[in-house]
Amino acid sequence: MIAKKDLEHIAWLSRLELSEEDMEKYTPRLNSVLDYFGELDEVDTEGVEPTYHVLPINNVFREDEINAPAKSLTQEEALSNAPKKQDGFFKAPRMM
Amino acid sequence: MYENPDGVMIGLEVHVQLNKLKTKVFCGCTTDYHNDPPNSHVCPVCLGLPGALPVINKKAVEAAIKVGLALNCKVEEHTQFYRKNYYYPDLPKGFQITQYDFPISSGGYIVIEGEDGEHRVGITRAHMEEDPGRLVHEGTIDKSKYTLIDYNRSGMALLEVVSDPDMRSPKEARRYLDKLRNILEYLDVFDGNLEGALRVDANISIMGGQRAEIKNISSHKGAERALLYEIVRQKNVLRRGGVVVLETRHFDEAREITLSMRSKEEAHDYRYFPEPDLVPLKISGWAPAIKETLPELPDARRMRFVEQYGIKDDQAKSLTGELVWANYFEDFLKAYKDEYKEKLDPKLAVAWIEVLKGELNYRDLTVDAFKKEDMLSILELLVSKKITEDGAVDIIRTLLDKGGSPDEIVAEKGLLKVEGDIVSTAVEEAIKENPQAVADYKAGKEKALNSLVGAVMKKTKGRADARAAREVLLGKLG
Ligand SMILES: [Zn+2]
Repeated sequence: MIAKKDLEHIAWLSRLELSEEDMEKYTPRLNSVLDYFGELDEVDTEGVEPTYHVLPINNVFREDEINAPAKSLTQEEALSNAPKKQDGFFKAPRMM
Repeated sequence: MYENPDGVMIGLEVHVQLNKLKTKVFCGCTTDYHNDPPNSHVCPVCLGLPGALPVINKKAVEAAIKVGLALNCKVEEHTQFYRKNYYYPDLPKGFQITQYDFPISSGGYIVIEGEDGEHRVGITRAHMEEDPGRLVHEGTIDKSKYTLIDYNRSGMALLEVVSDPDMRSPKEARRYLDKLRNILEYLDVFDGNLEGALRVDANISIMGGQRAEIKNISSHKGAERALLYEIVRQKNVLRRGGVVVLETRHFDEAREITLSMRSKEEAHDYRYFPEPDLVPLKISGWAPAIKETLPELPDARRMRFVEQYGIKDDQAKSLTGELVWANYFEDFLKAYKDEYKEKLDPKLAVAWIEVLKGELNYRDLTVDAFKKEDMLSILELLVSKKITEDGAVDIIRTLLDKGGSPDEIVAEKGLLKVEGDIVSTAVEEAIKENPQAVADYKAGKEKALNSLVGAVMKKTKGRADARAAREVLLGKLG
């Protein structure tokens, strides 16, 4: 069961600010998601290797070559979506 | 046997940038960004743009295996990547791609010179990860309102080398870092002179208490100072009857103190999960072939230097402690033989390389500041007894401070050794002109001899060998 305290913690980890109202709404929703996953816990997985990846592939590499497979962006392109920038840097609020 | 009176236990996590690669670990952006404007070597992958997919650099994997083998680690059968989730502006995706329970190599060791002789420090594991971006704060970190971010560094290949808590003093920690750096340089995977090439987090506890993790150490000297400070701090806490708590502390390099970070920051809750965009690696089969390519490492080279050249162990240690000087020494011997068709005594070579090193260090210069040909000429002049040792030092200093060539300096300063009869004439004159000193010496004042030697040196304008002058004087006074 997720309590309000857990939700506050999860929100903090994701740097989200939740109102009292949001909390009321999300707590039962998250609990129903967890309940659903709880059903999976009932499957007997004794002796089954955990699946980390669904693809039956290993060892995919790229060579150490500049601009391969894709080219770098220009500084202008890189910053084109930034809400705030300064002297070629991205600008963000200071983190505590 | 080292007693370790405070029960100090230190473990280090060293982040090594594999900066000799051409490109970053998961994209084709160049690693050569150090002199370029911010955000000029970035792409959708290292900017964490939606939909961008990482593909791992094969050379980075090879380099990681190389380091693992050099640190006596086992290369793991199965290795894979995880997402380590946290929000910080230096991490554009909101997670760092790193390794967790399947690191590429583990279970090795490094031998260092410990408090009581050779000491083995265990390597828990060496795992691969990506470097975050670089943050720039306007003004000081606690006063600025904004953070500026440069993602040129984002996605550089890092290897995190985690040691066991086997170091028992800050000095051992420094030696461990020196040794690790030394090995990395020999492996040619790392240029330690580049900014941000090596960063250290240290874990330290005393008297079996809780450990503090110290972040933000950027040099081996910084590590030693941060640890010394931390031992004093923890001892003070205990003396006041307090308890050392498990916490993360930040090293303030300017003030040389460690500061507690907010406790909320320490709620490590990274929610690791397997990185779905990178498939696992099964590369332990590469290890034997890569092992074949490993170069001679510092310890082996040091032993060979002692055996092959007959130099002292501490000289061999000092030479092999820096790859550039180990190579210089061997190249120098070879170059001398090529140039003068005669073998140079390695003991003489190492003694003069140490002089050169000292003069360069004093001026904060590197080996490139002194032409190897000049050093060869100077050694030849010494071997053929054309100049004195003082003269050789004079030439080295003059070359560094004013430039020129050894021959010019010899001619200008009249440094060629003078003939024996000139010395003996000078000695005779000195005895005649300084009767008081002679009388003093004969009366048993040993020091009076020095002023006579000084007089001889003055008459020969310093070209006489002081030791020879002294002998001639003793002979005549005797
Ligand atoms: Zn990139």
